[in-house]
Amino acid sequence: MSTPVQNVTAEQITEITDIVKKIHGFDFSEYSKASLKRRISRVMMVKKLSFYDLKHALVNSPGFFQDFLEEVTVNVTEMFRDPSFYRALSNEVVPYLTTYQHIKIWSAGCSSGEEAYSFAILMDKFGLTNKSFIYGTDVNTAVLADARKGIYTLRNVKTYAENYQLCAMGGTLSDYFTTMYDAAAIHSELKVNTLFSIHNLISDTVFNEFQLISCRNVFIYFETSLQERILDLFYRSLSPHGFLCLGSKETIRSDKFKKKFRSVNAKENIYQKIES
Amino acid sequence: MNPDKQLTDRWRSSELLLLGGSAGSFKILFRLVSILRPGLDKTVLIVMHRMRNHMSEIEPMFAQNSSLLLKEISDKDKIERNAIYIAPPNYHTLIEKNGLFGLDVSEAMWFSKPSIDVTFESAADSYPDRCTAVLFSGANPDGAQGLLKLKQSGSLTIVQDPAEAELPEMPLAAIKAGAADRILKTDEIFELLGS
Repeated sequence: MSTPVQNVTAEQITEITDIVKKIHGFDFSEYSKASLKRRISRVMMVKKLSFYDLKHALVNSPGFFQDFLEEVTVNVTEMFRDPSFYRALSNEVVPYLTTYQHIKIWSAGCSSGEEAYSFAILMDKFGLTNKSFIYGTDVNTAVLADARKGIYTLRNVKTYAENYQLCAMGGTLSDYFTTMYDAAAIHSELKVNTLFSIHNLISDTVFNEFQLISCRNVFIYFETSLQERILDLFYRSLSPHGFLCLGSKETIRSDKFKKKFRSVNAKENIYQKIES
Repeated sequence: MNPDKQLTDRWRSSELLLLGGSAGSFKILFRLVSILRPGLDKTVLIVMHRMRNHMSEIEPMFAQNSSLLLKEISDKDKIERNAIYIAPPNYHTLIEKNGLFGLDVSEAMWFSKPSIDVTFESAADSYPDRCTAVLFSGANPDGAQGLLKLKQSGSLTIVQDPAEAELPEMPLAAIKAGAADRILKTDEIFELLGS
């Protein structure tokens, strides 16, 4: 329950990220330092490893890196997180989206899929299911497997249902779930138009053209230099006048990209691509 | 050396004022922002336990009551002096060594997000010996470990006298952890921070 007590130095963190980059090809060098330090300390505490043990495991234990990645990257998410964001989407973005022939949505850093399914429900509410498709991507194979299942604990679904009520979209969230014992499974109709696959925002490239990209509470883990490179990826992945949604506390910091996006809703950090 | 002078000197030389509290701390913190001087030349950061989905209701209230710039933190905001920052709900607030605030949505600590421990620990790391931290009323032990780290790193740590706290568990936990340089009455805290 208490915070990690392991004291790792900044130099030790660099040692770890160097090993990870060399051996596993995963680059943490532009992650926000304070948060990364906290996550690595946490891995050491949860797995009961000393600094030396951790290095050893990263080099010598083949399966360990996936566990490490899962613990270091934050996979906390919710359906309809920040109801005010979904209200803004419904009122200010969906009317625009309906004018497209096809609506392709990318949930970038989708974790266990809650946001992607929230978008699927949003599309259903507006009768847009038949012309929409939702891609969820993450670096983490384990969470993607959970996303494909679309099964969540009843305790979590109760929180999601409270969020949903605050979104004022009509009906209840339980309309979209089948409950079994202490879990709830999302209806298979909603899964038809979703695809979850692995994608690394740092090292992978454009894979499709989207009308809306949502990347919420991912930038907080990245330094501004890395944020800018990912903004470039998003810009190139958006169709003309496509929308970009960041987290409620994330803004575009880069001067270059401030000019390439116009703000649709400053409070919810919803942007629209400007054609140059 | 006069202990009160020593206390005042340590407060005056600090760059960052950290205020932590939970249940029973709202009224005190609300009053406290009104006595902080405009020429304070410090950064003030308030970490208060708050309800989910109750976003920005307290900021306007606090802002009206203060003569300093007051804002809820966004990710990578520059840490400025003569400003009061409030840790947003549903995130942990971290202090980066490069002078920016960072946010984190990871697990709640002590059922709390923001957690006072998380912020205090990162301040101990990034601003060692440059903080004054005060822990107020609350019904859980969040903040005690973070305050201890701050004390160990050389910052000034103050705990509200549990006898005066609406809910004494939070100050008591900090005192029990040995995290308090000083245990002060509410009036004494106001007198110090207003000086």
